[in-house]
Amino acid sequence: MRIHFKTSYDHDIRLFQDGWQAFLYAALLALMIALPWLIDDFFLGEATNVLIWSTCGLGLMLLTGQTGQASLGHSAFMAMGCYACVLLMEAGLPFILAFPLGGIITGLIGALIAIPALKLHGVYLAIATLALAILTDDLIVMLEPWTGGVAGKFAPPIYVFGIEINRWSNPTAWYYMALVVVLVVTLFYRNLLRAPMGRAFAAVRDSEISAQAMGVNIARTKTIAFGISAGITGLGGALMGLFAEVFNNETFTFILSIQLLMMIVVGGLGFIHGAFLGAIVIAFLPQVLSIATDSLGSTVAIPGLETGVFGLIMILFILFEPMGLYGRWLKIRTFLELFPFARKDMFRRQKSYLKTERLR
Amino acid sequence: MSLLTLDNVTLKFGGLTAVNKLSMTVNEGEVFALVGPNGAGKSTVFNLISRFYTPVEGKITFDGKDLLKLAPDEVPSLGIARTFQNIELFDQATVLDNLLVGRHRHRKTTLVEQMLHLPSVRREEREHREAVEEVIDFLDLQPYRNKRIAGLPYGVRKVVEMGRALASKPRLLLLDEPASGLSVEETQNMRWWIDDIRRQMGITVLMVEHDMGLVSKVCDRVLALADGAKLAEGTPQEVQNHPAVIEAYLGTGDAA
Repeated sequence: MRIHFKTSYDHDIRLFQDGWQAFLYAALLALMIALPWLIDDFFLGEATNVLIWSTCGLGLMLLTGQTGQASLGHSAFMAMGCYACVLLMEAGLPFILAFPLGGIITGLIGALIAIPALKLHGVYLAIATLALAILTDDLIVMLEPWTGGVAGKFAPPIYVFGIEINRWSNPTAWYYMALVVVLVVTLFYRNLLRAPMGRAFAAVRDSEISAQAMGVNIARTKTIAFGISAGITGLGGALMGLFAEVFNNETFTFILSIQLLMMIVVGGLGFIHGAFLGAIVIAFLPQVLSIATDSLGSTVAIPGLETGVFGLIMILFILFEPMGLYGRWLKIRTFLELFPFARKDMFRRQKSYLKTERLR
Repeated sequence: MSLLTLDNVTLKFGGLTAVNKLSMTVNEGEVFALVGPNGAGKSTVFNLISRFYTPVEGKITFDGKDLLKLAPDEVPSLGIARTFQNIELFDQATVLDNLLVGRHRHRKTTLVEQMLHLPSVRREEREHREAVEEVIDFLDLQPYRNKRIAGLPYGVRKVVEMGRALASKPRLLLLDEPASGLSVEETQNMRWWIDDIRRQMGITVLMVEHDMGLVSKVCDRVLALADGAKLAEGTPQEVQNHPAVIEAYLGTGDAA
């Protein structure tokens, strides 16, 4: 177990606790950069997919894990980000501008939607946002002149600084683009967490009443969280649409929202690592399932198998490991670090002392 | 000099009058206690000052400013901080982060600056930490600094909550039952802290407390409430010996 002897305030502020941790993340980054040489194009595509899901997951994590607001409407923001980005590109903007602008537009729309929606709490908010997701499906069909409706749209070719990024002819470049996006988003996310806004998010999540008593404007904080969350998810959605190359109203069904939510629960709510671990599960589970059914000698696809397994995994996690995969890893690490002094109830959720709900 | 003034304040929940024409004045630099039987409306007075409730009539002024014009989240910016009867901490965050939320009203950087972690953000973070570190030293919270609230014992949470209020560098500190659920030793500590908060930090304290031992040791003045109305006001001894107060707690002597 490492003991941190803190000698300056920066010790708590900087990104990494110590040199060893910085080294570990640098090694991970080096591995990610070297990945195109280590695996073939098929798995590189899968890795890109994981990064895209991670971006979307980070968006929802900020809202659900950090600010405590459940949303089943994030597929709508994925769609918005995607269509905004592609429409801007078709209007002649270079990708490098259209992409972040698409995210910002989605974020602003998200913040606007949040103003009425966030008056709702818990499951009511989830249902309201679910309605948004379903509505988006119809809106895409209705706004046919812009969105291409049911027929869909083809992603325009992407050029970054004159280099064409195409997933077939240049999968490595695609992978690096997704990696850069996810790195930038993660850095912004971390920066928020170590700043007053991130603490205000946690304050709103854990106790609205005392957040207010400390001067946190609840409505404003929630709206900002929703906006940033929608923006990040929009960026992920744009990547997803562009990676799929063809997309229509059915690309961004509300099922995606549920998968996103499942992803962050399985990964570990409230942890950045959780979004990544969840993305790995989401992206590779269909592959694992098809390999498993193949090896069982089944030639026909079993309808609903994927959805069923997804649901089962989610239920099992909520019942037995509410802290998700990352929470499990923290427990294992604590056990090893403190061996043999780790106690079984170290991570047990304490029932909190009577909370005042009277002022709600 | 009066810091906080309640003038003829009445609050009704439907047919129930929770606070009835209450007038009181808390002077700068004093420790003032609200006492009274359960349901007397002590915490309701706190919630009125925090603007969680709006009175049907009456005026509340703080340092000459009309509190009733402010939203709940604007009250702290005047320099009013509070604790809660049933501890309202941010359970999933560390002690340090909880105290840092107390610094929320002192933030100056914008969202974009924070996202990019510009040097201004880091400079401000250092200032916040310095202020929080002073509170940690003052309340002996060093062992719990990086612990999550969810795993801390009740007594420590109580202290952390007071620390969070102190971190905001208030002028008026509202303590809702600071000693409830504390051991004899912890209550003793609380007494010294409240003394020091007034003497060293120059913070005015308004508290609700049942422990008359603590109240008589730290408070300059006491106001007794029953059924939302003022029963008596004065020094702890005066209030404790006031016939109306004895009656409210014990019933009339005649019936016995």
